[in-house]
Amino acid sequence: MAFGPHLLLALLEGLVSSAVLALTALGLSLVFGVMRIVNVAHGEFFMLGAVFAWWFSSMIAGSPALGFLLALVLAPLVVGAIALVAERLVLRRLEYDPEATIVATIGMLYIFEQLALMFYGPEARAVPAPFDFRVTLPWFGYSGYKLAVIAASVLVMLATWYVLTRTRIGLVMRATQYDRETAQAFGIPVGRVYAGVFALGAMLAALAAVLIVPIQQAHYLMGTDPLLLSFIVVIIGGLGSLRGTVLAAVLIGLTEGIVAVFFSPTLAKMLATLFVALVLVFRPQGLFGQAPR
Amino acid sequence: MPELLKMEKIGASYGSVQVLRDVSLELGSGEVLCLLGRNGAGKTTLLKTIMGLVRAISGSILLDGMELTRLPPHEVPRHGVAYVPQGRRLFAELTVAENIEIGLMTRQKGSETREAVLDLFPVLRERLGQRSGTLSGGEQQMLAMARALATEPKVLLLDEPTEGLMPSAIAKIRETVAALRAHGVSTLLVEQRVDAVLPVADRVLFIENGRSVRTIGVAELRADPAMVRHYVGVG
Repeated sequence: MAFGPHLLLALLEGLVSSAVLALTALGLSLVFGVMRIVNVAHGEFFMLGAVFAWWFSSMIAGSPALGFLLALVLAPLVVGAIALVAERLVLRRLEYDPEATIVATIGMLYIFEQLALMFYGPEARAVPAPFDFRVTLPWFGYSGYKLAVIAASVLVMLATWYVLTRTRIGLVMRATQYDRETAQAFGIPVGRVYAGVFALGAMLAALAAVLIVPIQQAHYLMGTDPLLLSFIVVIIGGLGSLRGTVLAAVLIGLTEGIVAVFFSPTLAKMLATLFVALVLVFRPQGLFGQAPR
Repeated sequence: MPELLKMEKIGASYGSVQVLRDVSLELGSGEVLCLLGRNGAGKTTLLKTIMGLVRAISGSILLDGMELTRLPPHEVPRHGVAYVPQGRRLFAELTVAENIEIGLMTRQKGSETREAVLDLFPVLRERLGQRSGTLSGGEQQMLAMARALATEPKVLLLDEPTEGLMPSAIAKIRETVAALRAHGVSTLLVEQRVDAVLPVADRVLFIENGRSVRTIGVAELRADPAMVRHYVGVG
């Protein structure tokens, strides 16, 4: 393949990674932004999303489209419910203490991982794509499903942005983020807001995973990479900044796509880590974060 | 005057440090009661205990005969107690309009209340879209009061509303407290400076080392300024 088409292919692959990464990182960023909790188990919600996607879609044999649709609706809901229980049982009892919750979510990471190993097993399993339409370009054919993943991610981002900035629920979330005590003095049930945000964050990760399983198989250890990359994205983009999270996800996703195609995936990871180091040294609040006043 | 808020023998602590001991007070309907006391006497803690933000370990707080101390913190404002915290504590990243909206949402008030509050502070009307953290100190204080009044409270808790403000802004705040009193809103006012209090208060309660030591009428206090020196330490 000539250089031009090769680059286009790398860009498209990069955009698909960006799309999935942006959703996952958005969940992590929301949870940190509103609750000030570093959720180390975030990648496991991604993994659980993928595992449940396989489970739901394999319940309907014969019709990949219907099975996928079922997974798309139910997997995030189930993962959200699991997150809600974890929040009530663990995080709330720790009174959302920043350090204690890091240790607690590390524990949750291993519990979820081992439960997945026990009940789902060590196999990697694929979910059939809901459709296998191919877009024919002059140089190569490209999966229509992958393009749909990009579009779906953009839609979910826009919906999240709308909820956060234009609705009462979003206003309540932002007020809780800026001043928890004063929010309570204005009738905002902070505990319930936290529970909802934690579930929402997990659901975004699960949704990203459902989108990726037709491309990449479901496996019980698949949560590690998204967790690391989400942290990278959130640090580069600036904590609590939606715009920063999206742009950093595109930056990291594209770099990964291009560098992995032309050089090696390891070099891509090294570059991403180097970005983080540079950002932390020269702009610790992130590219779009606001320095504390 | 029928009492609206009644606090009986309230004790409160931060961890193992007891800050309030057997504090009692009564606030009449439409009355302005001022809490005076030295730094660290427990005035702010007293207001936070009413809001449920600091848990009372003993005693009771009744609003119109209803027990407030068992309620979770977010329920207290819904029963008609509004809080203007020390240092204003605006949601600084949110706009003026959004701050007021949060006040309105507390007790599901609508555009009528919003208009009434904005009429009280016309300067805020010109700045609705502005990020509240960028307002001047006086405007921020007005917004903090507007946000609280947007709940249409029965009782208003004001914690050092004139702290760090220019004289013109202080006058505006004082005017507002007087106007609210004329409208029958009961106010619990925490202040450091007695000259800021005398023109607006009906009675003064002295707080010393976490105890309520004495309540007197403003006229009596005017006649005996030495009392202020004794409890507050400044003239």
